[in-house]
Amino acid sequence: MKKRLHIGVLYSRVRVEEKWIFGALEKRGVDYERLDDRKIKFDLDRPEAWLKFDAVLERSISYSRGLNTMYILNAWGTPTINTAKVAEACGNKLITSTSLAQAGVPQPRNMIAFTPESAIEAIEQMGYPVVLKPVVGSWGRLLAKINDRDAAEALLEHKTVLGSYQHSIFYIQEFIKKPGRDIRAVVVGDKVVTAIYRKSEHWITNTARGGEGEICLITPEIEELCLKATQAVGGGVLAVDLIEDDHRGLLVNEINHTMEFHTLQPTTNVNIGELIVDYSIQLAREKKEAGS
Amino acid sequence: MNNNVLCPECEAEVSLDANVMQGEILVCPDCGVDLEVITTDPIAVEIAPMEEEDWGE
Repeated sequence: MKKRLHIGVLYSRVRVEEKWIFGALEKRGVDYERLDDRKIKFDLDRPEAWLKFDAVLERSISYSRGLNTMYILNAWGTPTINTAKVAEACGNKLITSTSLAQAGVPQPRNMIAFTPESAIEAIEQMGYPVVLKPVVGSWGRLLAKINDRDAAEALLEHKTVLGSYQHSIFYIQEFIKKPGRDIRAVVVGDKVVTAIYRKSEHWITNTARGGEGEICLITPEIEELCLKATQAVGGGVLAVDLIEDDHRGLLVNEINHTMEFHTLQPTTNVNIGELIVDYSIQLAREKKEAGS
Repeated sequence: MNNNVLCPECEAEVSLDANVMQGEILVCPDCGVDLEVITTDPIAVEIAPMEEEDWGE
């Protein structure tokens, strides 16, 4: 008799997405365990307690807890959704941009500098307005649109004096005049499964900041670009954010490795929770069969 | 099962859904603080951890 699959779900908070995922796991009859990222611990020489998992789905809100857990599990040979390398590439904008550039994926122009002086030079080389983003961060937090030199000098000084060392890695992006919306597409493995426009009057269109969702038709261009972008960071279950530029067409803005889909799922009627679970089951089954 | 708890911040009575899950976040309707469901049997809540810098999707 085949033994049942055992899947772990790492989480920080039970959001509506986690409820949908738990529901899908129960619907599929999978034996699963909820793993609170505040309570887990690892003895690096004794992986036994963790080897019972055929796969672990990472849904941590905390980037560092999720990433480090995936590093340990991957080192022990446990498949994770997503892998540590993918999480690292997506959670750090600098690594995302370098991966996309290496793969020739169109994206906004980005520059990196490590001191306020070199950052000012980079900003003025790019031309105002520019957007300054933390390399690690989400939900549209701490994004700053800089329109002139006065603002640039003030912001760079604040970041240097008040921020942690991470805020002195200056990630400077050209400002793209979006048509009041961007596109979020979900990729599961080698398929673009659904997409929405996120609309907002504000230049930050993130739904965590009040952006509203509307169904977006997956054109061949969107499909090709999303697959190329996800392959560039290693592939898996990912959400690609695209922006429309008047002259260059679609550009990849960022890729999320533990995406939220509380707006996307009800807007599109595509059951993202089930698709994530099915992908996780497939990986778990491959692992189990390889080990048996 | 009694699904009412007292908010640890303002002592307002907070009513929870019957299918509430451990780890779920609720908002106190009186004071607006985020509450985390610590256990479901019996129902207990605590003030939820504050959002941290590396949180997101």
